Amino acid sequence: MDILFEHGNFALLRDGFLQTVELSALAALLALLLGTLLAAFRVSPVPVLRAFGAVWVTVFRNTPLTLLFLAAVFTLPRLDVRFSPFTFAVLALGFYTAAFVCEVLRSGINTVPLGQAEAARSLGMTFGQTLRLVILPQAAKTVMGPMSSVFIALPRNSAIAGAFSVAELFQAQASLTDLGYPIVLIFFWVALPYLAISASVGVLFHYLPQIALAAGRLVRGLSERGTPVRTETVEANQ
Amino acid sequence: MSSSRSASASVLYDAPGPRARVRYRALGVLAVLGIAGLLWYAYDKLDSTGQFAPELWEPFQYTAVQQRILDGLLATLKAFALAAVLSLLLGALLAAGRLSDHKPVRAVSTAVVQFFRAMPLLIMIFALYRGLFAGDPFWALVTGLTLYNGSVQAEIIRSGVEAVPRGQGEAAYALGMRKSQVMLSILVPQAVRSMLPAIISQMVVTLKDTSLGFVITYPELLYAIKIIASNSTGYPYVPTVLVATPIYITMCLLLTALARWIEARGRRGANRRTPVPA
Repeated sequence: MDILFEHGNFALLRDGFLQTVELSALAALLALLLGTLLAAFRVSPVPVLRAFGAVWVTVFRNTPLTLLFLAAVFTLPRLDVRFSPFTFAVLALGFYTAAFVCEVLRSGINTVPLGQAEAARSLGMTFGQTLRLVILPQAAKTVMGPMSSVFIALPRNSAIAGAFSVAELFQAQASLTDLGYPIVLIFFWVALPYLAISASVGVLFHYLPQIALAAGRLVRGLSERGTPVRTETVEANQ
Repeated sequence: MSSSRSASASVLYDAPGPRARVRYRALGVLAVLGIAGLLWYAYDKLDSTGQFAPELWEPFQYTAVQQRILDGLLATLKAFALAAVLSLLLGALLAAGRLSDHKPVRAVSTAVVQFFRAMPLLIMIFALYRGLFAGDPFWALVTGLTLYNGSVQAEIIRSGVEAVPRGQGEAAYALGMRKSQVMLSILVPQAVRSMLPAIISQMVVTLKDTSLGFVITYPELLYAIKIIASNSTGYPYVPTVLVATPIYITMCLLLTALARWIEARGRRGANRRTPVPA
């Protein structure tokens, strides 16, 4: 217990924890946005966009994250791109994770049987309705599991940022080790926050379907009360 | 409809008609312009900061530098090969533990698997490096990789065993086989067969994670790259990264291709087993 309350160690670990959480959250946001865009590219009817998505995924999935961090922190400043190490870390982690998010989303959309969309279209649903009411809800169901693994892996991967001058938990571990504390104790106090983060993300994803359902019901309830139900005109299939 | 359903058929859109084709083509042209713009921007950045200067690329002509890259590559492959084998052994052991009939064995294996899957590998490798293997980065790296990837492999093997149709195990028990016989001669061979692509994908992760050895000064490929860049005149970081990235990507793609090949081989008729009605 001593180690935690000596010489400002608590502040070191707390700041490291907050930095890890902040880095993970920002990278997760970037990965989600970019990954969704890339997935849209990969399922789009335009071959050039599909190829772009495929190349992105191949490059970022098969390059070690450590190399990406090295490239961001040591290479980009040589190209006159100057950000803080933290920003570089967010970019490297976000770009890397986006490739995995893209693959999860794409495979999720691909698991929806073709007949579902054909049936929706033959009922006269527009593209937007087909996507919103038929395809995405079914894709979301199969996507939830793999998506939670991607976002549980992200905070774990964020530890590498510590080796590239971001003051997060790995750096706290390294500093405390240099101060000569027993490594077992340090490991315990550094492991605990990571386990807490992993567990929180796991719990969040576990309840996400219920949260999404509740939100959907709320939105539908409001719109039904607000505007009368429109009768959609059948659009010609282009 | 079925004639237009090609391999690239998507639930998201129909076979395009004339108007949609024009629109797709316009989007395609826009996309090409956008990508060309990005590439030009990258090229311009590299050029204007002098990254194509010959002296930055000169080091790669020296045999000492080439030797260093080769040594780094071999060190990477050495750590990878050992970690891959050990993690499969550990994975088999932990999977057996999680499928055990004895509750304590199950509980311990589950705890071990969950812990090592949730911990950042770098944190473990660093603790091993400083604590257990004081000053021996190779074994710290291999042990860390084995503990993490072994736990993941255990989950892959376990889910494979659980995915084998129940009748297979029941039939084996009905023939009077013991649990170890049922496992070893009936369930595990089928599980490994179906999970081989997933097992190899995890090996790609193992291969990529050897680059964490960089942090504890194990002289693998990434470490070699960093040394070359910081010891040469003009700090050729950009050229070294441009050399290292294709090497890593190629190694990983070769492993992935192996997984695909094995999967395709398993599907081909010649050595396929009679499909079991579920």
